[in-house]
Amino acid sequence: MNLHKLVEKIKPTFSEGGKLSKLRSVFDGFETFLFVPNETSKSGVHIHDTTDSKRTLFVVVIALIPALLFGMWNVGYQHFTAIGESVGFLSEFWFGLLAVLPILVVSYVVGLGIEFISAQIKGHEIAEGFLVTGILIPLIVPVDTPLWMVAVATAFAVIFAKEVFGGTGYNIFNVALITRAFLFFAYPSSMSGDSVWVRTKSVFGFGGGTAVDSFSGATPLGQLGTATGAEAHFSDILGNPISFFDAFLGTIPGSIGETSTLAILIGAALLILTNVASWKIMFSVFFGGAFMGLIFNLCGPDTAIANLAWYNHLVLGGFAFGAVFMATDPVTAARTETGKWLYGFLIGALAVIIRVLNPGYPEGMMLAILLMNIFGCLIDYFVVQRNIKRRLKRIEK
Amino acid sequence: MNTFKIKQGLDIKMEGKAATEIDGYEFSDKIALVPDNYLGLTLKPAVKQGDRVKAGGVVMFDKNFPELKIVAPKSGVIDEVARGNKRKLLYISILTDKKQEYEVFPTWNKIAGQARNDNGTTEREYLYAIILNAGFGALIRQRPYDIVAMPNRFPKAIFVSAFDTAPLAPDYNFVMKGQKSNLQAGLSALAKLTDGKVFYSVGKNTADELRTFKDVEINEFDGPHPAGNVSVQINRLAPINKGEVVWTMNIEDVALLGKFLLTGKTDFTKIIALAGEGFEKPSYISTVTGVQIADILHYNIYKGIKLRYIAGNPLTGEKVLENDFLSPFAPQITAIPEGDSTHELLGWIMPRFDSFSTTNLYFTKILQKICPKKRFSFDARILGGERAFIMSGEYEKVFPLDIMPEQLVKAMIVKNIDKMEQLGAYEVAPEDFALCEFVCTSKIPVQKIVRESLDYMRKELE
Repeated sequence: MNLHKLVEKIKPTFSEGGKLSKLRSVFDGFETFLFVPNETSKSGVHIHDTTDSKRTLFVVVIALIPALLFGMWNVGYQHFTAIGESVGFLSEFWFGLLAVLPILVVSYVVGLGIEFISAQIKGHEIAEGFLVTGILIPLIVPVDTPLWMVAVATAFAVIFAKEVFGGTGYNIFNVALITRAFLFFAYPSSMSGDSVWVRTKSVFGFGGGTAVDSFSGATPLGQLGTATGAEAHFSDILGNPISFFDAFLGTIPGSIGETSTLAILIGAALLILTNVASWKIMFSVFFGGAFMGLIFNLCGPDTAIANLAWYNHLVLGGFAFGAVFMATDPVTAARTETGKWLYGFLIGALAVIIRVLNPGYPEGMMLAILLMNIFGCLIDYFVVQRNIKRRLKRIEK
Repeated sequence: MNTFKIKQGLDIKMEGKAATEIDGYEFSDKIALVPDNYLGLTLKPAVKQGDRVKAGGVVMFDKNFPELKIVAPKSGVIDEVARGNKRKLLYISILTDKKQEYEVFPTWNKIAGQARNDNGTTEREYLYAIILNAGFGALIRQRPYDIVAMPNRFPKAIFVSAFDTAPLAPDYNFVMKGQKSNLQAGLSALAKLTDGKVFYSVGKNTADELRTFKDVEINEFDGPHPAGNVSVQINRLAPINKGEVVWTMNIEDVALLGKFLLTGKTDFTKIIALAGEGFEKPSYISTVTGVQIADILHYNIYKGIKLRYIAGNPLTGEKVLENDFLSPFAPQITAIPEGDSTHELLGWIMPRFDSFSTTNLYFTKILQKICPKKRFSFDARILGGERAFIMSGEYEKVFPLDIMPEQLVKAMIVKNIDKMEQLGAYEVAPEDFALCEFVCTSKIPVQKIVRESLDYMRKELE
């Protein structure tokens, strides 16, 4: 059976005037997914680089897989730790898979649905941007987020943060982070506190039990934010202290995909090797965070979070995830090479400032990146202005 | 001689490089001149069907500057003055004579002498008038706007590049062999047309024969494509500010000009490259402006696959059909597979070992490490859908001018003339953005945007 002949045969049904022309954009999406478009160049260069946006964004999806898989396991691990059972790796992973998969499915179905509809209305091709956003969303929400909230927030973000601006490539804010921000501000009681980070209930009847007495579901940053003393103590869900290494590995409570700095760094390595994400931004975010953390360590207020050793900032909460996968979103980041350094540095520094100076928002990364999404353009403006001034100076000479 | 190292850029190693041998002489019975080849001019016919023209006789002239003339490359009888929609002049064809007759022009020595006798004109004006009368004025290009040089003012500098770094470009060491005296005469003539300098730039591999000339400043540019583009050389040596004009001329045309000034006869016979995988035997051919493309191709191309013919190199050339005519600005004809019958399954996820990419999403760089001589096959497919700008920093890696390419292109898309001016639009030509367009993940038609914007700017500002 020749697949291409089949596609060509059903094509007229989906084209203008065909019976299913309302599904033109969907058909188009699947056709270009299956076959490289055979359209040849009409103007300008006659030959093209083999790369395209599908390949590029697909690499980002692959880079997110380690964090996703680890996140799934960790959801199960935290759950069974909380109910005091030891069930082995596979059961833990299975539990996490069952808990996370519905969120992933909801995110993709809602987001891609809206993308298909808006592509159809505008008569455009479907852009691939949501392939990445769709997997980012489940990774940055707590596991106990109700599915309808995920659906509402995703719809809000895709429509109001992306489609109204013109679609992929025109958005000012990172779409996945707008989803997260919408959840955070619209449903604060379901998005913060101690009870959302670790699932204590069963999923689909699997893994039932009750939490042990010593259980507390607060994340390390949550504990530090609400700590009354000035000593930077933080512990896991059973009250045992967490070491830097635990936090680096990611066996701590938190949003699904953001806990393991190790898994995130594996993704980062792929993104840097393939040149898909800017290493300059990644590096400078980490540098900015470390720098600001160190400043607070040396001369900050005498609170628990300010006393948190600078290197711990980099492995706790969404810092690493934001640095690698969110700050580097090329559409919303600074686009000039010089600008990228400053953009990254300010994200890292701001995230730590928000964490330390506003205990109401123990997770500063989301706000820092959204804030810098706005200022990215401003940074670029100054870089561009420098080029313009150099040109004007030439005339004066 | 200064050497300029160019870091940004890209050498695309394509299959089908022309072998350095001349494979025949091709000049058909019918040749034609096409107004659309002369960017920036509005040409009107100076002849009617049935008129006789000598080689060097005027066939067309510009509406705004009638002194800008297009002349017949060969003598013969006007066959057709073809017009299209709204009486747009499409081409003027000539049935050429077996025995050529030439218009007679004063030679180099006489020009200097006459200028002294004639009170009114300076030597420069007199020389330029003759260059214009013999049709060579229309072969000079100007920046800004990348159009035929307007004769209303002389430039601040003139640039000639002795090498072309584009993929499959002709090797001027070979093309210009034995042309040293013609080239020198042409360069000396150009030197009279500017108060500034004639900048003659050589590449790292330029032959010794082409390295020493009088009346010019010689510099070396070393680096990947587009090091051989005049824009890069202009940007380094004499950047164009608002209100300034710079001229450029192809090295082969400079030699033709020199030959004309030495002999007093126009001879537009030149050597062009036939390159690309579509040719059975990629090589060079001696021919003349205006020959039909089919005549150049007929015995040399692969039959059975659909080919795309390009007048020029695969990055900046114009797509031409077999019944089109050779543009005076095309130093080569490239033939590559069209590729529109290829249906690659799941290309976006396959390894595609044989495909060329500058990104690390494919294995090109590793392959090139293992076998540095590897050349890649290309067809004319775009290999992806057009998107908005997504990736950043791509253009900068292949754009060696001190200009911010993405920001300039964006200013062009929104037609913001102030911003275009500030960001350096006067200095650029569409060809400078060819590599940006080649590497663009979003498959944005950058050269088209630049061409349209330069035309728009010129319309608004002049």
